[in-house]
Amino acid sequence: MTQKKITLFNFGHFDNDLLSEVGAVAGKEFDAVFTFRKEYVDLSEFFDSSRKQYNGNKLLAFVDQRAGFEQGKLIGLFSVDIFIPILTYIYGQAYLNGKSAIASAHRLSNERYGLARDEKVFLSRLIKEVNHELGHCYGLIHCHTPGCVMQSSTYVEDIDQKNMHFCDSCLLLVRNARDS
Amino acid sequence: MNKKISLLIVDDEESVRDSLYNWFIEDGFAAGCAESAGAALSMLENNHFDIILTDIKMPGMDGLELLKRIKTIRKETIVIIMTAFATVDTAVQALKDGAFDYVTKPFDPDDLSHLIRNASRQIMLSQENEQLRQHLSLEHVEDIIGNSETIREVLHEVQQVAASNASVIITGESGTGKELFAKAIHANSPRRYFPLVSVHCGALSESLLESELFGHEKGAFTGAVYNRKGRFEMADNGTIFLDEIATISMKMQIELLRVLETKNFIRVGGNKLISSDFRVICATNRDLKQLVEEGRFREDLYYRLNVVNIRIPPLRNRMEDIPELVQHFIKKYCLAMSRNLVGIEAAALLKLQEYDYPGNVRELENMIERAIVVGNGKEIRVKDLPLQKEIATISSESLEDLEKKHVLSILNKYDWNISRAAKALQVDRVTLYNKIKKYDLKQG
Repeated sequence: MTQKKITLFNFGHFDNDLLSEVGAVAGKEFDAVFTFRKEYVDLSEFFDSSRKQYNGNKLLAFVDQRAGFEQGKLIGLFSVDIFIPILTYIYGQAYLNGKSAIASAHRLSNERYGLARDEKVFLSRLIKEVNHELGHCYGLIHCHTPGCVMQSSTYVEDIDQKNMHFCDSCLLLVRNARDS
Repeated sequence: MNKKISLLIVDDEESVRDSLYNWFIEDGFAAGCAESAGAALSMLENNHFDIILTDIKMPGMDGLELLKRIKTIRKETIVIIMTAFATVDTAVQALKDGAFDYVTKPFDPDDLSHLIRNASRQIMLSQENEQLRQHLSLEHVEDIIGNSETIREVLHEVQQVAASNASVIITGESGTGKELFAKAIHANSPRRYFPLVSVHCGALSESLLESELFGHEKGAFTGAVYNRKGRFEMADNGTIFLDEIATISMKMQIELLRVLETKNFIRVGGNKLISSDFRVICATNRDLKQLVEEGRFREDLYYRLNVVNIRIPPLRNRMEDIPELVQHFIKKYCLAMSRNLVGIEAAALLKLQEYDYPGNVRELENMIERAIVVGNGKEIRVKDLPLQKEIATISSESLEDLEKKHVLSILNKYDWNISRAAKALQVDRVTLYNKIKKYDLKQG
């Protein structure tokens, strides 16, 4: 079986070592070749001055468009705070069964919540978000199995309570989607 | 499959419709969109929606008028009113006209989850009476393979018990698939729209189990950096499945009994009383009644849990299911290993039907997985099966029994020389003394 490809667009000036670690876990989880590359976008056009946040719907559409004829699944990683019109904030979003997803690291660091910096915790949350949003691209919906990375997360504590990995049922669905 | 809860989003702003649509689809709902009240009414002529989320201010007919029309078409439909400009008057009017709730855009993600959770619960409750009256066919039992008389009897029991709220104990030898039956009970119960939370009690120490079940507050103990919800809290409105219930300590039995009676608990290190509405399903491979007689399991807890007892038959009592099970596992593992489907030699299938499976379905599953790994990729042959190599007999004894026997045999081998026996067991002397005390071992 040929390995599928996942590309991460680094829009947030993230360190390459950090992304390598994200890629190592995500690549294994999806049994895919994971690559990342630096991309640039003028974020001012996505900024909503009334909410002082960036429009997630527009960013997702932009990433999808930027993907062009790129093979496999794509995820755009941002460091800014993103929202969708009906919600006050989101960690990320994706086209269900689609090609593209976005994730934001803005609300994933301990410092944001007045706690001491913890790189390990941050990396773990980032990996979970990337796996979660890519899971949607593979057609997965939110899962109720405790610990499954596809559990819905409202708060960062919810992210901490789940694993980086899929439960058996979700993993099987990812494999089926990959092979179909 | 369970029927999904269906939602219709009515809003003249495309970005709001798209955002809500994506959110609900990702959450497993069946969602539809309408850009106006008129379009929504047209959709309702031919489609059924459980929940309708509508904006108030829309060109043409507004949300309040739409609410009234919907209620004349189908009174039970849940309508939630959304608006960017909340006023008390319109909120009161909407609620008087039968709206389920009234929310202001943008929502906090948690508010949206709660709102839909409450609405789902309302739908569940209204369906419950009807459901209890109906003769239900079982759903979500695809993983329970077999059509033998014994398995059909068990499924009949599952069907009878699923609709009630009664506590269930599932008993059966190790490897019979007790958790699958717990899932089947949950998936066919009125609680099926809410989580089934599983806890493997045997895998956790007493303090870990306490934290796992009740949750903990930040700073409750070393390493408790964040607040953490417990499994009882996670199972609110759903079902909690406690596997290997016989392994929990006497202290935890008391705690568990108290929670089962009150449905209230406090997180470790906390002081706030938390309520959770859950159903309990337990599983064990031990004889709980006997443990009660031996004083190792509380009688009051036993009767609290043992409202219904479902016994899962061992595989040797339903050998006619083996061909179907074999095909199921072949398909499962070929898919997981990205291989083409393999067949099975008639002689190999015969061998499988002659074995007595002390490890039950789990043992058969492992055999098939192994055979696919070591096989030629075309069919499973007799030589691919571990049967002929006289695999070590898998004991159905508990881990504790095995440990007791092993410790005793090593002690006897070294004439009860504690130092030498501890060295052979690769434990320290204190640990060995503790084991001797725990199992009440005596020099023969």
